[in-house]
Amino acid sequence: MLKTFPKGGVHPKENKFSAGKPIEKIELPKQVSIPVSQHIGAPSEPVVAKGDTVKAGQLIAKSTGFVSANIHSSVSGKVLKIDKVLDTSGYKQTCIIIDVEGDEWMESIDRSAEIKNNIDISAEEIKNKVAACGIVGLGGATFPTHVKMSVPPGKTCNHLVINAVECEPYLTADHQIMMERAEEIMIGCKLIQKAIGAGKVLIGIENNKPDAIRHMSETAKKFDNIEVHALKVQYPQGGEKQLIKAVLNREVPSGGLPIDVGCVVQNVGTAYAVYEAVQKNKPLFERVVTVTGKSVKKPSNILARIGTPINMLIEAAGGLPEDTGKIVNGGPMMGKAVSTDTVPVTKGTSGVLIFPQDSATRPENFNCIRCGRCASACPMGLEPYLLKNMTVVKMYEELQAQHALDCMECGSCAFTCPAGIPLLDYIRLGKANLNKILRAKKS
Amino acid sequence: MAINKLTVSMSPHDYGKDSVKKIMYGVVIAMVPALLVSIYYFGLDAIRVNLIAIASCVFFEWLIQKLFLKGKLSVVDGSAIVTGMLLAFNVPSNLPWWIIVIGALVAVGIGKMTFGGLGNNPFNPALVGRVFLLISFPVQMTSWPVVKVLNFAMTDAQTGATPLAIVKEGIKNGQSFSSIMDTMPHFYSDAFMGHIGGSLGEISAIALIIGGLYMLFRKIITWHIPVSILGTVAIFAAIMHGVNPAKFADPAFHLLTGGMLLGAIFMATDMVTSPMSKKGMIIYGVSIGIITFLIRTWGAYPEGMSFAILIMNAFVPLINRGFKPGRFGEKIKK
Repeated sequence: MLKTFPKGGVHPKENKFSAGKPIEKIELPKQVSIPVSQHIGAPSEPVVAKGDTVKAGQLIAKSTGFVSANIHSSVSGKVLKIDKVLDTSGYKQTCIIIDVEGDEWMESIDRSAEIKNNIDISAEEIKNKVAACGIVGLGGATFPTHVKMSVPPGKTCNHLVINAVECEPYLTADHQIMMERAEEIMIGCKLIQKAIGAGKVLIGIENNKPDAIRHMSETAKKFDNIEVHALKVQYPQGGEKQLIKAVLNREVPSGGLPIDVGCVVQNVGTAYAVYEAVQKNKPLFERVVTVTGKSVKKPSNILARIGTPINMLIEAAGGLPEDTGKIVNGGPMMGKAVSTDTVPVTKGTSGVLIFPQDSATRPENFNCIRCGRCASACPMGLEPYLLKNMTVVKMYEELQAQHALDCMECGSCAFTCPAGIPLLDYIRLGKANLNKILRAKKS
Repeated sequence: MAINKLTVSMSPHDYGKDSVKKIMYGVVIAMVPALLVSIYYFGLDAIRVNLIAIASCVFFEWLIQKLFLKGKLSVVDGSAIVTGMLLAFNVPSNLPWWIIVIGALVAVGIGKMTFGGLGNNPFNPALVGRVFLLISFPVQMTSWPVVKVLNFAMTDAQTGATPLAIVKEGIKNGQSFSSIMDTMPHFYSDAFMGHIGGSLGEISAIALIIGGLYMLFRKIITWHIPVSILGTVAIFAAIMHGVNPAKFADPAFHLLTGGMLLGAIFMATDMVTSPMSKKGMIIYGVSIGIITFLIRTWGAYPEGMSFAILIMNAFVPLINRGFKPGRFGEKIKK
């Protein structure tokens, strides 16, 4: 029996069209728009001005707090302006717009193909380098990695859990990185392990990627204390709490963090970024993006510079299909629909997913028939129908007693609802209003 | 490409393929084996009762929606067909047409639409209709035609009592259970196939079980409610039969007769009126089992399934409140 998390979960159709497609580079864009807020936390502060010349890898916006991240130029060229541009959030955000000239990288970046596997650097230095290079969680949540690497005093971390499940349907970026960069990922894992002082590294991979499980297990043999765990396919196994439960059978307490059970979870793509940052001095300015969809001609995994408009990626994948009805930044379950195809790739863009017209809209909705499927599907053991009803009648404070804040917005409830009720929309609204009330109470 | 035609909505962007309609028509498909058996034993009467019940349920739902509720037409979701079929399954095959129409009006009108239509009704609509008829027309509702294989004559057939009533009456008159059973040779195999007296759709155990397995396979129901009801009744029957075999019927008799299987598989599992959590479902099922057994053994009626389900329907909101699913991370394990 393969391991998985025991409570709730759904199994959407996997549709991994781009699986096995090698990571390809595309030609550089003529212009990039790099948002100053690509991570959870405070937006960064631009340190370049109009007319400045920058190189790829040069710091262009500085982190403004502990929970924030540096941002680097992804191209060489001249800063055209700093302006508000529509990005994936659907709002106009401050972006640094750079006209591309050539492709000159910072001299400090090691561009050789050689794998550097000796770790001769202290834990503190690793953290500093990760922070300096602006690494954030590349699974999609974009939480600054150096924050996660700082174990709070009084807590110990004995396991580093690497999220390589890629439970979102369609996406294959992590899968492909594992196939092509397994050794670098292992070194990245060792670096994070050293920084947080964890005893063991556990890599969880879902069983729909048998080649990755085999390849990673082979590679892991060269390193000590790295284990690869094959997991049964089930969404949302990539949720931190679900992954820890699946791999270690430990349950993170309600309202708690993985560190409460001695774990830190990092995405496999993040581990690769950490390797590049620490061993190669390369800041995070490019990432692998899966461009896919049912009617996309050439589903691909593309190594894209941050700030590239997504229409360039779509062009490289065979162009925008005629019947396009929706473009999603990320996976189908948690990604964000974008309003135009010119939004820039950010650190959190794990995929560009194109839905045909016929599956772009939501299903027709009916009365709730109280089937209870939402409650069976909820991986946190909540009752989405109840949270929805409480939100409708504005019983926001009651929501807290029903653990609404444990909801991680995985969308399993709305996915499974036969009446097509947008349960997650209501829960988001309820949570937002509850949080407002809690904040008001605090101050 | 006209970019202004992009849909923008919140996640998730992918949806499961199941819908209310598919679930309802799934239930209809699951009832087909029992329907076929009823046609086999009761002839054209079975078709007549089903058609009248379904047509009047659909008509009343449409009418009430049109006149009072307004809004989107909900008849297409198939729930009225399910209610109609279940109502037909719960009445004798020789019931006059006007009684069926009244039953349908009560089931759909009072049982369902007064509360706002599908999903809002606290009680199982078909059972509301059936119990209303049972209390209002006790004679017509309890004169069961004797089964005759493939009898399409549509003449006034002979009527007789159901095995449950025969046994209850017999024990009351001082006969022992085994001597009553001797008057009905091959009873168990007959009841399993459906060659016994009773309501239209409840007679054949095998057909109902096939329907139940189909619904389990389609994930329309889970095992919790049927198994807990049947298990509870079987255990209680076994205990009482063990204590006094002359006065109490054996477990197999209880499981095979009356509305036991129809109720446990099709009526108690109605999504709208059953609890949400698995724990709640088991509490609900066990309670239905106990109440049914009490009514059957010591109550005034020979059959107690409908009452037991309706009584427990009333407790569902409380059960939902009291038995929550286990929250992730509530019990902290280190």
